[in-house]
This record gives sequence, C-alpha cells and structure tokens, in this order.
Amino acid sequence: MLEIRNLHARIADEGTEIIRGLNLTVKKGEVSAIMGPNGSGKSTLSYILAGREDYEVTEGDILFNGESILEMDPAERAASGIFLAFQYPMEIPGVATMEFLKVALNAQRKARGEEPLKVPEFLKRVKESAGTLQMDMNMLKRPLNVGFSGGEKKRAEILQMKLLEPKLCVMDETDSGLDIDALKIVSDGVNALRSPDRAIVVITHYQRLLEHIVPDSVHVLYKGQIIKSGDKSLALDLEANGYAGVIGEAA
Amino acid sequence: MNIQTPIQNTPAEQAILDAFSERLSLLPGDGEVMLKRDAAIEAVKAGLPTRRIEAWHYTDLRRLLAKVPAYDDAAAAEAVPVLIEGSAVLPVLNGVAGKATALDGVTVQTVAEKLRDGSYAPALERQGDDDAIGALNAALVADGWFLDIADGTVLEKPIELQNVQAGGQVHTRFAARIGDGVTATIVERQAGSGGAFVSSVDNVVIGDGANVTWLIVQEEPDTATYLGQFNAWIGKDARFSLFVMNAGGKLVRQEVRVATKGEGSDFQLRGVNLLSGETHTDVTMVLDHAVPNTGSRELVRNVVTGRAHGVFQGRINVHQVAQKTDAKMACNTLLLSDDGEFSTKPELEIFADDVACGHGATVTEIDHGHLFYLMARGIDEKTARGLLVKAFVAEVIEGLEDEQLIEALEAKLDAWFATHG
Repeated sequence: MLEIRNLHARIADEGTEIIRGLNLTVKKGEVSAIMGPNGSGKSTLSYILAGREDYEVTEGDILFNGESILEMDPAERAASGIFLAFQYPMEIPGVATMEFLKVALNAQRKARGEEPLKVPEFLKRVKESAGTLQMDMNMLKRPLNVGFSGGEKKRAEILQMKLLEPKLCVMDETDSGLDIDALKIVSDGVNALRSPDRAIVVITHYQRLLEHIVPDSVHVLYKGQIIKSGDKSLALDLEANGYAGVIGEAA
Repeated sequence: MNIQTPIQNTPAEQAILDAFSERLSLLPGDGEVMLKRDAAIEAVKAGLPTRRIEAWHYTDLRRLLAKVPAYDDAAAAEAVPVLIEGSAVLPVLNGVAGKATALDGVTVQTVAEKLRDGSYAPALERQGDDDAIGALNAALVADGWFLDIADGTVLEKPIELQNVQAGGQVHTRFAARIGDGVTATIVERQAGSGGAFVSSVDNVVIGDGANVTWLIVQEEPDTATYLGQFNAWIGKDARFSLFVMNAGGKLVRQEVRVATKGEGSDFQLRGVNLLSGETHTDVTMVLDHAVPNTGSRELVRNVVTGRAHGVFQGRINVHQVAQKTDAKMACNTLLLSDDGEFSTKPELEIFADDVACGHGATVTEIDHGHLFYLMARGIDEKTARGLLVKAFVAEVIEGLEDEQLIEALEAKLDAWFATHG
C-alpha cells in the first residue's frame, strides 16, 4: 500500500537534509511502528507523507497504491486516503469544529465523486464516534481545538480519523501528552480502525503505546534512514537496551 | 502679517463648488440654514484636506478625490432587500426620503422638513478645522430621516435606514434621539449602483440606560465615493454598540466620533473592512471618555486583497475627570496580497491618572500551519483559505450576540468572499 523508495528530503528554506535514503514498505492491513531517538526524522517523515510544503523531496519516491504522490498537494493526498494524526493538532480560532468536520468530510466525498452527506446522517456518525471516544458533543461546538486539553486534542484527531475512514493512517507521537486513561481510549479508537483494507503507521518514541496498539512490524529510524526492521520483539528489545545497540550495529 | 493667497481648486473641488451654486435654490431651508450652508462651503473653497492635515494623513482627500460627478436627477434608485426580515424601513432613494414604515414609539420626520422649518440649523455646525465631511455635508445636505424613539420603547424588530443611489451626488443625514431606557437595533445601509459621490452624516443622542446596537453596512460599488460620519453621545448607564462593515466603494472614509456623556456608559466599536481591487478605505474614530466610570472596546479586523489600501485611526481621549476609564482597542489585519497595504494609527491621550487603557495592532498573512492542517483533512486550498479568512473576521461579528444579525452579516461575508476571495 505504501512504498517509500530511497527518499531524500530537506528543509525547503535552509536546505538541511533530514531524510537520507529512506526505504520502507507497509502492506495493506499491516500496522507498522516507526521508532527512533529524538531528531532522527520521525515527524519530518510524517509531514512529508502528508505533503507539507516546508520540506522538499530531492530524490526517491513515495508510492501509495502504486502511484507517486509527490506531485499531489495535502488535500489531494487526504482525499486519496492518507490521514496524518498530528503530534500537535492546530488550534484554529473562528472555525467551529462541527463545521470543519462537515466541510472536510464532504470535500473528500466530493473528490471521490460521492454525494455530500445529509445533515442527520452526518450528525449520527459524529455522535457515534464521539461516544466511543468519550467526547462531549458540546466540545465540538467550540472552535477547532481551541482550549482543548492535550488529551482532548488527540481524541479529536482520532474522531476525525474515524469519520474520514482513510486507507493509510499515519499517527505521529499520538501518545505524547496522554495520561494512561486517555492513552487507553485513544488506542482503543485506533485498534477499532484496524482492518485488512487499511494500513496504520505508528510513529513513537516509546514502547508504551505499542503495548496498546500491537504492531505487525517495527522499524528503527536513525539519521533519516531505516537502520533496522523486525517484529514487535524489536520494540521490546529497544525498550530494554535503548537505541545505542541498534545504532552501533548499523554503524 | 499673514496673507493667504486663494488656492487653485482641483477639478473635484470645483465640481463641488459648481454643484453648490447650481443647487442652492433647490436645497431646503433658508435664513439660518442658508447661512450655515454658506459658511460650510468655505471649507471646500479653502481646499479639501491633504496629508499635511494630521487627521487626513493616510487619506489625502484632495489627491484621492479625482472626480466628482454632477447631480443626476434622472437616476432611479430602488430600495435594497432588508438585512433582517421584518425591519421597518426608512429609505432615502437618490437623496430623497421615500415612504416611511410607521412604528409604535417612534416619531419620524424627514430632514428636508427640519431644514425647511429651520430646526435643523444647529446641527449644520462644523466640528473643527479638519471636519471636511461635516462641512461638505452641511453645505449640500438635502434630505434624510430624523427619528425620535420615545423613552422606554423596546423595539422587537430593527429599524433599517437606507441610503441608496444610482449615480450622481447624494448628501444625506440620519439623526436620532433615542430615549431613556430604549432597547433598539438600527441598521444603516449605504449601497447603490453607478459612480456616485455620497456624503452621509449621522447624529445620534442615546438616552440614559438605553441599550442600542447600530450597524452601518456599506456596500457601494467600486466606482463610488462614500464619505460618512457617525456622531454619537452616550447617556448614563447606556450601552451602545456600533458595528461598521465596509465591503465596497472606491474611495471610502467612515468617521466615528463618539463621546460618553453619562457615568457608567459603555461603548463598543466593531469593524470589518473587506478591501479589494484598487480601492481606498479609511475608518477614523475619535472617542472621548468625558466622564468617570465609562468603558469602551474597539475591535477592527481587516482583510486586504489586490492593490487595496486600508486605514484605521483610533484616537481615545480620556479627559482629566474621566477616572476609572476602561478602554481597550485592537486592530488586526490579514494581508492577502503583496500589493495590498494597511495603515494603523492608534492614539491614546490620557489626562486622568486612574485608568486602564490599552491598544494593539497586528498585520499577518494566513497562517501556513493552519492552512496545512485544513488541507491535510482533504479541504482544497481555495476553500481552506476561505474558511480561515472568514474565521478571522467572523470573530468580530460573533461578538454581536444576536443570532439573526450574525447570520445576516455572515451571509454578507460569504457573498463578498464568493466574488473577491
């Protein structure tokens, strides 16, 4: 489903290369974890997948369902089924959360040639999803993410993911800022989305999240490259021995 | 010795002077009214204000006012659809007051009548040397509405004043005495077609304990010149909220001159300026906190596209007696093009020593992080930008706290973005 080939990318403004020849394949139905120390390029990778302009791809390619997405803008990528759950979701004053959800959902439906959702059906879906995430509907009347706590923002991200039903979910440090209860609710939300048709890439610093969202594969990102891949036992190994050993092996 | 040589009038000034001579016999009023008109036209003869006059520094009227059309009596203006369904309409069509809707508790009279019976003469006084709009309007005002809202009246529906033109020259006044304890919403529409030259002056006296919202919705075509002046005096414990939306006009200046006259009064100014093309729009406020224990809030948001130039000057005078004044002013601008321009000049002049006064001004572009977030959810760039720009100004509108008004004004926003976004 996702194939990243020899990807090189740099910060567009000042030219610092962050991703340096990254290769990664994630299959349909697979839950893939990307781990790595601070500054290894994890968040950058997630932004590049979503199409943020601040990064420039200088070499290599990203194929999604066999087609390059490099020429697509963030909205086109989203409509094709890529979803990035942000590490730090933006607060956007003046845009009501409900209105935003409706516009986003219908924009994607339109891009796929589907009819816009009728309001009652839309409300029903929002209520269902909000319920399973233990979110208060009153919160959704407020401006998008404004005044939400860290946990509420992460839940709001998962709510969007549930509504938009993407093919590829990229979760950037979803566990950061969550207490143990919120972590459970958010993880349950993600696990409910596991399906043979959907791939999930979980980017995380710690093994903690992977106890709740158990991955099929684990990849270690270091200095812009995947230096080691394995199954879930690799995450446990990293937890016990730190990144130093793996980095040493690769060097 | 000081010898003033008469200046060479510009073609626009000459056109105003010619119009004055030609129309003089047709303008309502004689005696005192005529003396006031004669005195007022001297301001045009002496030359319209230039950038050397401080209050006009960013709007060099003499240079910007390139052309003034002659009167066009054949132009047929039609009333515009009301902003709020069920409003009582008081129209001025092409400079002439039309048929008024009767309303309980409200006595109306045309300004032409009040000019003819001489009772309006005192209101034609010019407020200082830089009062070009007041002078121009005093010289040429032909009609408008005077309304007297009886003490204690609660209006369920808004009164809508309309000043609609179809070209030529129009000089209008709206005056209101709003009684003690009145609750009212007044909508003022400035609209039309053709490249009209419009001046419109409001004089509003707000009684003690009244709660009044006044909205000026200016949507002149981008060929028109609109010079507006809003004067208000606020009584004891009264709450007065003024909303100004500029969404049109080639050359626009809206002056706001407000004074708190009674203790415990509160004033709010909310402004939305939507600027496009090669237009110039100026909102200039002078607020006098003249008595103790009064408050004010000013929030102006501007969206600038194309080669438009906008101006906001906000001057707050806190008089020596006006202790415990609480005033806060903010002006925020979203610049959407490289060629757009916005000038902001906040001024606080404080003579009292126990006050809380502040101001802030920002100029920003669309936040790229916000744009990326919306697009990452599948919202195309144009729609995402539209959402963000609308959100920026919608905050000002939402502060009106009246669902019907908010909805109607947001519809105006949508309409503007649909054609200019």
